[in-house]
Amino acid sequence: MSRPARGTGGGTVDQLPRLLALVPYLLARPGVRVAEVAATFGVTEERLRKDLDLLWVCGLPGHGPGDLIDVEFEGDTITLLEPAGVTRPLRLTVDEALALVVALRALAETPGLVERDPVDRALAKVEQAAGAAAGPAQRVEVSVEGETRVLPVVRTALDQGRALHLSYYVPARDETTERDVDPLRLLVVDGRTYLEAWCRRAEGVRLFRLDRVADVAVLDEPSAPPADVEHRDVSQGLFRASPDDLLVTLALGPGAAWVADYHPCESVVEQDDGSLVVALRARDTAWVRRLALRLGEQGQVLAPQELAEQVRADARRALAAYQT
Amino acid sequence: MSAKKTERLLNLVICLLATRRFLAVQEIRAAVPGYEQGTEEAFRRMFERDKEELRELGVPLETGTNSHVHDDEPGYRIARRDYELPEIALEPDEAAALGLAARLWQSAPLAGATGSALLKLQAAGMEPVAAPAALEPRVAASEPAFAGCLAAVRDGRAVTFAYRASGAAAPAARHLEPWGVVSWRGRWYVVGHDTDRGAPRVFRMSRIVGTARPVGPAGAVVPPPGTDLRAAVGRMAVDEPRTTARVSLRSGAGYELRREATGAVDDPDREGWSVVDVGFTDPERLADRVTGYGADAVVLSPDEARHAVVRRLQGLAS
Repeated sequence: MSRPARGTGGGTVDQLPRLLALVPYLLARPGVRVAEVAATFGVTEERLRKDLDLLWVCGLPGHGPGDLIDVEFEGDTITLLEPAGVTRPLRLTVDEALALVVALRALAETPGLVERDPVDRALAKVEQAAGAAAGPAQRVEVSVEGETRVLPVVRTALDQGRALHLSYYVPARDETTERDVDPLRLLVVDGRTYLEAWCRRAEGVRLFRLDRVADVAVLDEPSAPPADVEHRDVSQGLFRASPDDLLVTLALGPGAAWVADYHPCESVVEQDDGSLVVALRARDTAWVRRLALRLGEQGQVLAPQELAEQVRADARRALAAYQT
Repeated sequence: MSAKKTERLLNLVICLLATRRFLAVQEIRAAVPGYEQGTEEAFRRMFERDKEELRELGVPLETGTNSHVHDDEPGYRIARRDYELPEIALEPDEAAALGLAARLWQSAPLAGATGSALLKLQAAGMEPVAAPAALEPRVAASEPAFAGCLAAVRDGRAVTFAYRASGAAAPAARHLEPWGVVSWRGRWYVVGHDTDRGAPRVFRMSRIVGTARPVGPAGAVVPPPGTDLRAAVGRMAVDEPRTTARVSLRSGAGYELRREATGAVDDPDREGWSVVDVGFTDPERLADRVTGYGADAVVLSPDEARHAVVRRLQGLAS
C-alpha cells in the first residue's frame, strides 16, 4: 500500500512524490509564504528548504541555465519561475482514489448526517478526475448507522447554538433519563453516531448514542457549555476504563467468545478447551449482571464472589414469574 | 531514498515527460544525470529499479518503439494525458464535503493515502479546506489483517489467512477469493468465495489471527455482477424474524425490545406492565435478550421461547 505522505515528512522516503506535487503547487501560487507551504506538506521549513535546493538542480535534459527548475525567494515567500514541464500533479493512485471515494460515499449514504447534495457533487468530480483508479473503490464499503429521527434535530441545535432536551436510554440500568444538554459536536465512531454534549445534570461531557435517544427537543435557551470544556479523546476508542472500576473475571464458553471482541478486556486467556477467561472493568455492576444473565451457561462470573451471588439471586427472582 | 536518488528519479520523470518520441535506454543514460557513471551492467540494474520505483508511485511509464526507426530494443516515454491529474474545480461546499470525508480514516494505510491525495488536489489548485468542526466522522481499521485484505481486494487477488471461527478452539488456514471489504457497525469484514468450502462466506477481520496474505496473480478475482457487499454482511448478522413472541415488560424497562416491538397493551395480570410482540427466529437468541432484563421481562408465549428462558434461568439460579 502507499506510504503515508503526511507525518513522515522529516525522512526522505516520501520526498519524490512530495516534490512532484510541490512544483505545480508553487506554480499555482506565486509568492506563497514558506510557512504555509511547509504546513500544507506536513514538513518543517528546514526540510522544505532542502526540497527546494534539490529542485534547483533538476530540469530538462541539457541542464543548462534555462532548462532547470527555477525558484525565487523573496523574504519569506516563494515564487516558482520555471517548472521544467511539471505543470500538473500526478494522477491519483488507486489507494488515494479509494480513500477519498469510499469516505465520500460513506458520508453520502448515511441518512441525516450531512447535506447530501454537495457530497454527491464532490464525489462525482473526484471519481471523474480519478478515472480508472476509482474502480477498486467499488469493492470497499463503510456502513454507518444513520438516524433520521434525532439527527436533524441535533443538527439544528448545533447550527443555531441552542441547548437540547434529551430523553436518553441508559442500557446499564435499563431506564430512560431526562436531561438538558449543551451540544458540542457529532461524532461517528465504530459505525454509530454520537452527540458529544455538556450534560447539565452530570456536570460533565458525555457521549449520547443517537439510537438510544428516545425523544429530543430543541430548547429556546442558547447552548452554553463551560468555557473551558474539553472534547473527549476518542482516538483510543470510546470506552475508557478507570482503575476505580470493579475488576470482573468471567469464564466465556464458545458461544460467548464475542464478549472479548466487543468489550475492552484487561486480559484474555484461552483455555485448553477453547473457552476464554477474561478480566474486564465495569463501572456499573448492573451492566455486568445483565450481561451474565444474558450469557447464561456460556458466561460464568468467577470473581468477585458477591457479583456471582447477585447474578444467582437475579435469576431466581426472574424465574419466580414463570412459576405462578 | 537518498537525495541523490530522488534527484535522479525527478530528472528521469522530467526527461520522459518532455519527450514525444520513445527514448532509447542509451539516450536516457546520456540525458539523465546520475546514470553516466559505472559499468553498463550497473546502469541497467539501476534503471530497472528506478522504473519499478516510479511505477509504484503511479507514474505511467509507456514502452514502445518509434514507428520510423528500427530500434533494437523498446524505448520509454511518459504520456502527459496519462500522467497528469485532470482539471478538477470544486465549489466551496464541495471542498468542505471533501475536507470532512478526508477526516474519516484514522489509521494506515488509508489515512496516508488521503493525505497524499489532498496534496495532489491542492497542487491542482484546490484551496485548503476547513471542514465543519461540529462533525467528526471516524473509521478505524486497526485489525492486523486489514491491509492485506484491502490490498487483495484492490488488486483482484486471492487471499489466505488463519481464521478463528466462532466457537472453534484453534485457528484454521482459509483461502478466499475476496469480492470486497465492508465496515459494518464499526467492524471490518471481508466477503468472497471461500475456495475451501466452495461457497460464499463472510469473515470478520478481528477473528483473523495475524495478517492476511494476498496470493496469486492480480486481476484473477472478479466479483460476480450485482454483488451487494453490505447486504452480504448484514444477512450474516441479522435473521429475518420467523415468528412472534409475546413479552410482558415492567413499565419503563426493556427499552431495546420495546423499540422494535409492535402493539403494546396493558398486561391484565401485572399492574403497570405492558405486553409487546417481538419478532424472532431462534428461541435461544430471544432468550439471550430477554434474560438480560432479569425480573423486568417475562415471555408469555410461545412455549418454545418460554422454555428457553426458563432453562437459562434455572442454569443460572442453581
